Amino acid sequence: MGLMSLTAIQLGNKIKSGEVSVSEAAEAALNDINKVEGTINSYVTVLSEDDIKKRAKEVQEGIKNGIYTGPLAGVPVAIKDNMCTEGILTTCSSKILNNFVPTYTAEAVLNLNKAGAVIIGKTNMDEFAMGSTTETSYYGATRNPWNTEHVPGGSSGGTCTAVAAEECSFALGSDTGGSIRQPCSFCGVTGIKPTYGTVSRYGLIAYGSSLDQIGPVAKDVADCAAILETIASYDPKDSTSVKRDDYDFTSALVDDVKGMRIGIPKEYFGDGLNEEVKTAIFKVVDVLKEKGAVVSEFDLGLVTYAIPAYYVIASAEASSNLARFDGVKYGYRAEEYNGLHNMLKKTRSEGFGPEVKRRIMLGSFVLSSGYYDAYYIKALRTKALIKREFDKAFENYDVIIAPASPDTAPKLGESLSDPIKMYLGDIYTISANLAGLPGITVPCGTDSKGLPIGVQMLGDCFSEKKIIQTAYSYEQSREYVRCSICE
Amino acid sequence: MSKEYETVIGLEVHVELATKTKIFCGCSTAFGGAPNTHTCPVCTGMPGSLPVLNRQVVEYAAAVGIATNCTINRFCRFDRKNYFYPDNPQNYQISQLYLPICENGGVSIETPDGGKKTVGIHEIHMEEDAGKLVHDEWGEASLVDFNRSGVPLIEIVSEPDMRSAEEVIAYLEKLRLIIQYLGASDCKLNEGSMRADVNLSVREKGSSEFGTRTETKNLNSFKAIARAIANERERQIDIIESGGKVVQETRRWDDAKEYSYPMRSKEDAQDYRYFPEPDLVPVIISDEWFDEIKSKQPELRDEKMVRYKEQYNLPDYDIDIITANKRLADIFEETVKLGSNPKKVSNWLMVETMYLLKEKGLEPDLVSFSPVNLAKLIKLAEDRVINGNVAKEVFEKIFDEDIDPEEYVKENGLMSVNDEGELRGVIEKIIAANPKSVEDINSGKLKAMGFLVGQTMKEMKGKADPASVNKILKELLGI
Repeated sequence: MGLMSLTAIQLGNKIKSGEVSVSEAAEAALNDINKVEGTINSYVTVLSEDDIKKRAKEVQEGIKNGIYTGPLAGVPVAIKDNMCTEGILTTCSSKILNNFVPTYTAEAVLNLNKAGAVIIGKTNMDEFAMGSTTETSYYGATRNPWNTEHVPGGSSGGTCTAVAAEECSFALGSDTGGSIRQPCSFCGVTGIKPTYGTVSRYGLIAYGSSLDQIGPVAKDVADCAAILETIASYDPKDSTSVKRDDYDFTSALVDDVKGMRIGIPKEYFGDGLNEEVKTAIFKVVDVLKEKGAVVSEFDLGLVTYAIPAYYVIASAEASSNLARFDGVKYGYRAEEYNGLHNMLKKTRSEGFGPEVKRRIMLGSFVLSSGYYDAYYIKALRTKALIKREFDKAFENYDVIIAPASPDTAPKLGESLSDPIKMYLGDIYTISANLAGLPGITVPCGTDSKGLPIGVQMLGDCFSEKKIIQTAYSYEQSREYVRCSICE
Repeated sequence: MSKEYETVIGLEVHVELATKTKIFCGCSTAFGGAPNTHTCPVCTGMPGSLPVLNRQVVEYAAAVGIATNCTINRFCRFDRKNYFYPDNPQNYQISQLYLPICENGGVSIETPDGGKKTVGIHEIHMEEDAGKLVHDEWGEASLVDFNRSGVPLIEIVSEPDMRSAEEVIAYLEKLRLIIQYLGASDCKLNEGSMRADVNLSVREKGSSEFGTRTETKNLNSFKAIARAIANERERQIDIIESGGKVVQETRRWDDAKEYSYPMRSKEDAQDYRYFPEPDLVPVIISDEWFDEIKSKQPELRDEKMVRYKEQYNLPDYDIDIITANKRLADIFEETVKLGSNPKKVSNWLMVETMYLLKEKGLEPDLVSFSPVNLAKLIKLAEDRVINGNVAKEVFEKIFDEDIDPEEYVKENGLMSVNDEGELRGVIEKIIAANPKSVEDINSGKLKAMGFLVGQTMKEMKGKADPASVNKILKELLGI
């Protein structure tokens, strides 16, 4: 087993103690990338060995000089390709940004840099984070390391496969409708979508601005808590950033759920949920019950409206957010065109993939005059009602337990042919984005095909610590399972 | 023309606010600068960048709203206006549609017949300016300069309450003065820091229905506005008289050709797909903040005019001229505060200052001399240290270079000669040299006195005190 089989904290400790050098850790990551990348395609960009070594040297110095003292110093990290990284190609897995090298670095990534993490590369994703399979990338689909016939989920597919296939120590993803929690579930890794406003969005290329959050993906809950502690900050450059006084998420790494009130929403366990997934989730519930948690079922009726509300809001925001990609300032420009309007049309027609175009059209439609009230306003109202329903639920429960996806990872090519079915697959994750809630996915077994299953835990806004504590307690009952490709 | 028509006009006025930095980032708003030097990821629409609202913009917008009797929405929001144009880096403009900061106000103007009327203000909203396209005359390309991108604007939308070009100009003058007094903008039409679009329709006199309106853009001076209004009124009446229908459209005025041409009609009007800006939180103006803005509100022109009458008892004519520009009013007040006689200060400002401004082709905003130097000059003249002509000469120096008049007079030896002995000697010589004039005076032609005074002043190189000269002359001539 190589260094990448360690958790980020374990590796960080070895680096701190001098047992492993920063360069050795980075080399280990590069070796594992060389081994599996041809099969998995986790990355859009892997940094050059020279650049990585240079950074490794700098961090090693910094550790020696007491500049980098945190748990992630010297640890190799992969960044989803929708976060701006100064001097490093940032594509959003789209052709339209095939040559975009940002002039600045996203705040969350900057926070990692300040903690001494070593960026290895930029991970593949669904184009502009639109999709649930990482198949819509212009740079080719990413494959599930557990079974390469299957998708890794999405949109943070590359982020999750890079962690699962040990091509990095940990990674950052982003979650607009489940884009961290669902692929974590498909890839057997752990990830957190924080409360909206906890991690700065500055430098995150927006999909749905009111829903997007950056979050950590790693092998276990302790890693995720430590990473979140590092990347979360109040950022005056992001007007939606929230000043919190509880960034010490690792303090919640306590194996104790005695008296923790856990709610099971009935709507999340009805038709459409794979039996094997259902059984696995209820086993998690049993473990927590045994440890002293108080579990009961309840109704969360409005979540059935979450999917239409989500797709209206996210698409509306996306249609406007993606307007800036026009070939004028940066990114791809059509090679032949005739005048300004033709240039805009051809650039966007050639630069965006079909799923992105579908959502831009959907979003433009729901915002157009005459439809704004009927769709957009109604969706916002639904969002507010869903938030209110969760507020009520959290009066009675500390944590809500749900699946992360109706099924385990589908085969490549199965989902894109039926976008409606793909959208419906987001049923368990999108409510958290609409209500701004934090959520965590932890692995909880495999199905009969050997594909991972994840359990999702949701908390009230600003209650990350409760879900971290619950997930951590559950995690103590099982061992981390590596996928076969790592052997 | 058989029928009588009434012109109905409403204005959309854009005013560039005088903030140091842009509305959503820290870049400078300074004019000029090499292309794309006052830019950052935010105002160039880089992926992932986010806007952060400049509080000063809210304060200026609210101040204008308060001064124009608007209701200030203590909870307002920004919206995105979506349209594609290369000078607009995000391809949406952050503006306010659904909940603008100010609503339902109005200002009172004087009508051409000397009466008063109120022009309603429908709303005032905050928004960002776009960049500038630079067309390469030699190449095939157009380039974009984003230095102006993100410069804060307010748009003041009036009700269709104006009926003539005179009223429009009175309204614009009123707005300009209010905003200049607030320090919220310099409001220069020719430099684009104030821009007015004219919405105009005509209807038969007495009708209560509005006609179809057009919007005319690109009006860079009051004269252009007056010409465009006259032209558009005639154009619409011609259409109606010949049995046609006015088309709702946006037209562009070409002031050189005194002609407007259509830019786009209602049919191809864009759907801006406005929706609330998700990257900004709503603007909430707390009671404390509101009070703070209100407390900073300076005295406006109307209040000043009343006070000048009561406090200084100045003639209305003086008050009108001095308060027509905040800079002049400020100099007036500061000079008076230094102890000068208000009417004397007023005279210097109204007569000499206005004369020099006109002579030198300058705007009153550019008056830059210190009140303390004007006060000193007034004192020198009052104490008869210098005579009136010398004072005017010194004032021009103050106007141009803001010199200290006391030092200047001393250095250049401009003090009036009030020494009786010296004056008497000179006058005796003048009398001796001009027997004809003396004869004239003795025969009752007192006009010749002036000639002798002039000769004396000439001899004294203008430094004699005219009153003393007169006195000694009369004495010597025995009149």
